[in-house]
Amino acid sequence: MRLKGIAASPGIAIAPAFVYRAVDLIVRRRRAQDSAAEWARFERAASTALRELASLRARATAEVGEAEAAVFDAHEMILRDPELEGSLRAELEHGASIEAAVEVVFAQDVATFEAMEDPLFRERAADFADVGRRVLRILLGINEDPLSGMNAPAVIVAQDLLPSDTARLNKFLTRGFCTAAGGPLSHTAILARNLGLPAVVGVGSAVLEIGDGQQLIADGSEGWVVVEASEAEQAAYLARLSDMAAARRTALANALAPAITRDGRRAEVVANVGFPGDERSALDCGAEGIGLLRTEFLFVGRQTAPSEDEQFRAYHEVFSAMGSLPVVARTLDIGGDKPAPFLSLPHEENPFLGWRAIRIGLARPDLLKTQIRALLRAGNEHTLKIMFPMIATIEEMQAARALVGEARTELAQRGMPAAEAVEIGTMVEIPSAALMAEELIPHVDFFSIGSNDLTQYTLAADRGNPAVASLSDSLHPAVLRLIDHVIRVAHNHGIWVGLCGELAGDPSAIPILLGLGLDEFSMGAAAIPAAKSLIRELAWAETQALAREALAQSGAPAVRALVQQWRERQPSV
Amino acid sequence: MNETALVIRNKVGLHARPATLFVQAALRFQSDIRLIKDGHEGNAKSFRAVLALGVNQNDRVLVRAEGLDAAEAVQALTDLVEANFGEA
Repeated sequence: MRLKGIAASPGIAIAPAFVYRAVDLIVRRRRAQDSAAEWARFERAASTALRELASLRARATAEVGEAEAAVFDAHEMILRDPELEGSLRAELEHGASIEAAVEVVFAQDVATFEAMEDPLFRERAADFADVGRRVLRILLGINEDPLSGMNAPAVIVAQDLLPSDTARLNKFLTRGFCTAAGGPLSHTAILARNLGLPAVVGVGSAVLEIGDGQQLIADGSEGWVVVEASEAEQAAYLARLSDMAAARRTALANALAPAITRDGRRAEVVANVGFPGDERSALDCGAEGIGLLRTEFLFVGRQTAPSEDEQFRAYHEVFSAMGSLPVVARTLDIGGDKPAPFLSLPHEENPFLGWRAIRIGLARPDLLKTQIRALLRAGNEHTLKIMFPMIATIEEMQAARALVGEARTELAQRGMPAAEAVEIGTMVEIPSAALMAEELIPHVDFFSIGSNDLTQYTLAADRGNPAVASLSDSLHPAVLRLIDHVIRVAHNHGIWVGLCGELAGDPSAIPILLGLGLDEFSMGAAAIPAAKSLIRELAWAETQALAREALAQSGAPAVRALVQQWRERQPSV
Repeated sequence: MNETALVIRNKVGLHARPATLFVQAALRFQSDIRLIKDGHEGNAKSFRAVLALGVNQNDRVLVRAEGLDAAEAVQALTDLVEANFGEA
């Protein structure tokens, strides 16, 4: 039997079905006498539910990632919603039991969201169903953990999966997903993509006829589910599966090896990390360090600035995982498009040209020094490098560097250990910094090119605005010439240059950047294995010639065409 | 009473994380805060009410607050929206 569904997460899983059916929660009708007592039961159940959500959140953060964990923030909001009390009490006043009230009120929510036009909003119905079920289950005293019954590798078959179902699933035994409901934006689909497991969703009610233990093939690339496949079908899928597995194994195995060109030049390939925890997947993908540790997660949306100790703990987690591998921390890059309520930033007409990043840091040295102290403490006995974002002038760099000295003195006065021999760098995001590289040299130990902002400031094109998106191509010769200038100046003085931005992981850009002499490529973890294997296929001498040609082009499309032709001429490895 | 009109630029509208951040910000104030779209009005401190308004990208909404800290509340929510919820 072949069933067609939506290809929601690529890959092929061949395994027996594990049919997941949620326990039926049956609410017996009873007339409640004491609405105050019913309400008190709700309050107890809600606080149990909030504890469960907190632990699910922690587990999801550890096992899947921050994006998955954020679902449980939404669940908490649903439970803490001030309107919920009124709706429930209205039911209680009509003599309903609290179980019946919860059932009715959440069913209304589910109906409201299922009726919405926008599919993204429709998907929220599942969250309300999930929270309602959780509270009801607690009220009924049912201890539910059906997915924990899974004890062998399997494809999970279900009507649909709710976030709290999947938070408990055994990701080592789960081979894939197959659901009757859901679309490409459904929770199951997003989870599967995060876990890198195949998923076929929206297959329809035929899925529910699949029996527990029946042999399944879930083809998340094409959107097929094959039940009890014929031998020929099975063989064809097995062949595809082993090709895919071999390719992935090779990429991952090679990912841990260094990226050295055919003629022996080594490029350092490192990761951009945005949240504590991301560094682990970066290491798995073969990162040789962190080229950009974003620190905004500590600041954005906060009513009060994070304390030195809070920051220390967050950074320490990252440094511990990285051991002696280098970690380049970018100091706070808030303001402009990244809000920080504790700063009560004024509204700006031109936030990208306004009060942000180092400009705030230098105006509020208390904030910046607190962060630097936390970094120096956390980086002690590790390889910490600090870079300052949005440097436009030499004076800013001097002032920022001086703050590192002050922070170090303050720690010494407290008798606290601080990282020694910390390299200090400028993030080159503003054309003025690129053009003044020579004058910056005495004040820096390295440069890191922030190619996204450098492109938007060079071409005066907001990268978030689709109307001008085509203008902001980082392969424009104007941007490449700035990068070339920075690298040449730096290398004349024996200083290394990195690049953290989309460009570093772009297969069209890598040969050019390598040819320009870039020392360090910093990119999203997922891009690392492919970037490393590309670098290994290249010869540095040839990329140098390519880079010179690219610099001489008249525009970004010409550069892209040039690289494409060049790559087609390359011997494939 | 304080009131301001805002355009939601976020690509998914007031959905998921942006809605969570919006409601969390509203909850920090004492004032009664309303979010209004196309004449439909919801309690800005209620996640379900904010979601149910179905605010999409480029929708115009009104934020109206009444109470002791109404001005601060409207300002904080405006900042959050203007800053596109911290997304680049």
